[in-house]
Amino acid sequence: MFSLSPEGVEFVKKECSRYETKHSAIIPSLYRVQKEKGWVPPEAVPYLSELTGLPESHINEVLSFYTMFNKKPVGKLHVQVCANISCAMNGGRELAEHLCKHFGVKDGEISKDGKITVSKVECLGSCGTAPMMQVNDQFIENLTPELALRKLKEMGV
Amino acid sequence: METKLLTEHYGKDEYIKIDGYKKHGGYAVLAKALKMDPKAIIEEVKASGLRGRGGAGFPTGMKWSFLPANGEPRYLLCNADEGEPGTFKDRLMMERAPHQLIEGMIISAFAIGSKKSYIYIRGEYDHPIRVVREAIAEAYKAGMLGKNILGSGFDHDMDVYAGAGAYICGEETGMISSIEGLKGQPKLKPPFPAVQGYLRKPTIVNNVETLAAVKYIIRDGAAAYRKYGTEKSPGTKLFSVSGNVLKPGNYEIPLGTPLKDVIFNLCGGLKPGRKLKAVIPGGSSAPVLTADEAMKVTMDYEALAQMGSMLGSGAVIVMDDSNDMVDMLDVIMHFYHHESCGQCTPCREGTGWLSKIVHRIRHGEGTVNDINLVKTVSERMMGKTICALSDAAAMPAISFVTKFRGEFEDYVKKGNQVGGALHA
Repeated sequence: MFSLSPEGVEFVKKECSRYETKHSAIIPSLYRVQKEKGWVPPEAVPYLSELTGLPESHINEVLSFYTMFNKKPVGKLHVQVCANISCAMNGGRELAEHLCKHFGVKDGEISKDGKITVSKVECLGSCGTAPMMQVNDQFIENLTPELALRKLKEMGV
Repeated sequence: METKLLTEHYGKDEYIKIDGYKKHGGYAVLAKALKMDPKAIIEEVKASGLRGRGGAGFPTGMKWSFLPANGEPRYLLCNADEGEPGTFKDRLMMERAPHQLIEGMIISAFAIGSKKSYIYIRGEYDHPIRVVREAIAEAYKAGMLGKNILGSGFDHDMDVYAGAGAYICGEETGMISSIEGLKGQPKLKPPFPAVQGYLRKPTIVNNVETLAAVKYIIRDGAAAYRKYGTEKSPGTKLFSVSGNVLKPGNYEIPLGTPLKDVIFNLCGGLKPGRKLKAVIPGGSSAPVLTADEAMKVTMDYEALAQMGSMLGSGAVIVMDDSNDMVDMLDVIMHFYHHESCGQCTPCREGTGWLSKIVHRIRHGEGTVNDINLVKTVSERMMGKTICALSDAAAMPAISFVTKFRGEFEDYVKKGNQVGGALHA
């Protein structure tokens, strides 16, 4: 059965009274689920509904709207390569393809060993240091395919 | 040309922490402001001619004066969603000078009589979120936030709210929906947020750079601020320059600076042997300029509007002759289709159509009629929706197929016989 850690439960309860409306706790609570599980499994929705007293439909609405919530499992390293304009002009799309090929995965797919997911994403606000990738929470900028692979190797894949 | 008013101390690591920030005059302007009449602050901001630095360029002082004269509570929201492709200045401001933003916000909040503010930061900005949260904690500890700030009797609380990946939340009413814990869908205006915003209470939404600039207007006075820039576009502005320049980055310059000086002097020009082909002057929503137009225009609200484009967020995307404009438009249209929130039909369907048609042309499967269709569909998307995302997709589409029509025609004629991009 799905559950958060005791600290996670405490966090969600605190968030429920932090803002002017309890609804504002949905996004932070979903982040908490993702932090603990790596993604937001469907069972998290009834669980959070029970915990917060907010309708499942409202939680689902938020979950489905925002792209940062992983609706399916991702690798230990979630590599998001910007493919928007300034990065595309500087080889961002080729970088994403290179990484996919190297790790034998398709765009957005998790590797067989569960270690990595490579996804092409929209602008991450790092256009002056293109091309770049976001690995979990960290921005890694001014990349070449070789440099990206080296960085990922240092991070364990 | 580079004029470091807001960015004067951005190179110093100590400026990030409150002690270092105070060493460089930090929070002295807040002390000054708290002794002023709030109305006088609003008048000073009005007189400065400061216009919103997030994209729409609406006069800040005028926005503030739309608030009802009385009534509690009222909220100040800082828009740090920064999602416009090409823009990365707010990220710099939060990472290098979080207290500058916080000080500007407290001054602004005092002026408009707000006791609670939020900084809405896009979720991907993990590092800025952490820096700003730490700075807020420091400000509380130092008595700059909380009850009775600097003995003035003014109370103010501030918090960070992290978004979760949605371009539309940079639209002020979409952002309000998001903080309210809903899908980030924009709301119909009027009522404008100043009348009914967050939780239907009077709310002011300002960009990071706008709020930081308020500090300098109060520090030096409106007249001093007006010494920078032009008559109608006063002040300095941060421009995020990216694409094919040798030295991309954020540059603070007075409004009215010629774009060619930005590209060829500040940013070191293009790679040897390359020629300028086009410039997107204000983020990917802004109509593209041809090289000729780019060489003539100055970077201010009026000159860019006159050229049929806009200053937007100040994101300058420089394209040399290695770029294929059909390919670039394909990238841009994919983005808007991905980011349309789906509530208005012209935008939901229109962005999908545009993305499909341009993609088809890019892959050699388009017809001449498709080129015309891009224009027709775009024209029917403009001014027909709750927010400006639909227009933001239509404007680049129209400008690309009009100004670079030949490249689109080449694709229609021979695109499918060539594997890669035709004009790269």
